[in-house]
Amino acid sequence: MSNVVGMQPDTNVAPASRPPRQRSLWADSLGRLTKNPGALVGAACLTLLVLAAILAPYLTSADPYVVAPRERLKPPGAEYWFGTDTFGRDIFTRVVYGSRISLQVGIISVGIALVVGVTLGLIAGYNGGFIDGLVMRMIDVMLAFPGILLALVIIAVLGPSLINVMIAVGLSSVPIYARVTRASVLEVRNRDFVLAAVVSGSRADRIMLRHILPNILGSIVVVATLGVAGAIISGAALSFLGLGAKSPTPEWGLMLTDGRNFLRQAWWISTFPGLAIMFTVLSINLLGDGLRDAFDPRMKK
Amino acid sequence: MLRYIGNRLILAIPTVLIVTILVFLMLQFIPGDPAEIFLGENRSTPELLAKVRTDMGLDRPLYVQYTSYMWNVLQGDFGRSLNNNRQVSTEILNRLPSTIQLTFAALAIAIVLGFSLGIISALKHNTWIDSLAMFVALLGVSMPVFWLSLLLIFLFSVRLNWLPAIGQGGIQRLIMPAFALGMLSASTLARLVRSSMLDVLNQDYIRTARAKGLIGRTVVIRHALRNALIPAVTVLGLQFGQLLSGAVITETIFSRLGIGKLYVDAILNKDFTTVQGITLIIAVSYVLINLIVDVSYAVIDPRVSYE
Repeated sequence: MSNVVGMQPDTNVAPASRPPRQRSLWADSLGRLTKNPGALVGAACLTLLVLAAILAPYLTSADPYVVAPRERLKPPGAEYWFGTDTFGRDIFTRVVYGSRISLQVGIISVGIALVVGVTLGLIAGYNGGFIDGLVMRMIDVMLAFPGILLALVIIAVLGPSLINVMIAVGLSSVPIYARVTRASVLEVRNRDFVLAAVVSGSRADRIMLRHILPNILGSIVVVATLGVAGAIISGAALSFLGLGAKSPTPEWGLMLTDGRNFLRQAWWISTFPGLAIMFTVLSINLLGDGLRDAFDPRMKK
Repeated sequence: MLRYIGNRLILAIPTVLIVTILVFLMLQFIPGDPAEIFLGENRSTPELLAKVRTDMGLDRPLYVQYTSYMWNVLQGDFGRSLNNNRQVSTEILNRLPSTIQLTFAALAIAIVLGFSLGIISALKHNTWIDSLAMFVALLGVSMPVFWLSLLLIFLFSVRLNWLPAIGQGGIQRLIMPAFALGMLSASTLARLVRSSMLDVLNQDYIRTARAKGLIGRTVVIRHALRNALIPAVTVLGLQFGQLLSGAVITETIFSRLGIGKLYVDAILNKDFTTVQGITLIIAVSYVLINLIVDVSYAVIDPRVSYE
């Protein structure tokens, strides 16, 4: 598996006179990415989604919060594209505004996980020895709580709310980032450019941030992209369970719960937010899979 | 080999120990304290609160509380629920069979579906069958459990009226939740089995087997699958954890009285002793499951060194 990284010094270091057509890892990967139709579709859908989130007030004139009892449970049609819910609110409007919340949950959770996880991984991988052991034991403890269980435990302590969902989902995915970062650090740790920086007297934090981090960013970006999809699902799941966003917030998971008891009379209440989650997650996964293939050195052959 | 198992055991002990300490300390981090939650906000006088604290042993030093908690846990006593004062262990034991049934049914679905999809698409590499199977797997990865559950209920209960939507008991009430829960793991497995099968199918010994004139099925089952199995086994432990935590959602949707539903209800009702008990049981059993998976990995694959 990928976490069993060899510690031997890299014997494959290219000679100083490289062929001139050598391109940077990023240009190379980007080139491969643009040839992957799935990734392009994913990126296009994701762009649409981000635009919808930003331009929400221009896409719909309705208010996601305003209650209209007379308009309740209207099926999808010309007036209400996605129908209305039990309070007569326009579901299309709520789905559009919901994209803001879900993207926020995805990005902020992964941001928290990245900051904590990458820092831990860098410190563990770079220092090795006792510090490495200590950090890895810590990660082991976190990994003892499977799936969203760790997020549930954190919410149990912090109390249910949307902010706490982001914190909980973020902290619970720290182990992935710490492990990926550490494994990548171990790969480049003994390369010449790192040793050169050490010998020239650079401070450890500078070596980690300026020399090591840029070289391992590829694998972190891949994990983080797929992580956003996972975080959106977890966030929606927690809200679905009543542990996250509170009514009347137009959060997709919460909207699904609202429609749960009306599947017979009004299928549209749950269907559209559900489709929105799937559309979002699918686009991110397509892009993430493309990124992984693009950054995977085995594909270079 | 034995040394490897011993080493893994020794590494697991501090993990379990720290997990128990953290789970125990959970009660210290919550706003308020268990005695207040137990009494509820309106009925408590300072005297009563002090008495309940003494009864619960909350006035003792932390390390004494921890050792006595752990001593009781080892004897199967997880304390009493802050909500209804019932034994947490009895509640958990009552709910456990339902969750075990659901998790194993989902695991079975995941294994059967995941392996068939993975094997078929590897054998039909770069055909439309491969693309279709992988698209199904991608959908499975992108489909949240709660959304898939609602779709199933809508289709099979509301529209077709084939299966009861909620409740438990009987295979009819198990099919939908098990499928909804197993689908994510099935998709993950399918992708993994496919890629490791593709790796294996390109190896020399497969060509040799084919050159010997062995029929395709024998080659696939006896030569390819056995080796492709190894990476899949390593993620099974992970998948089991995924299923355990996914049960929280499926049980809530399908109104199954399992551990997962008990857990969510306990969090919503601030029943921290119950939360503590379930967290402890799941975390410790998950560590043990992964230990078993790691060891069996070493047994299955002779190339793994036991250093």
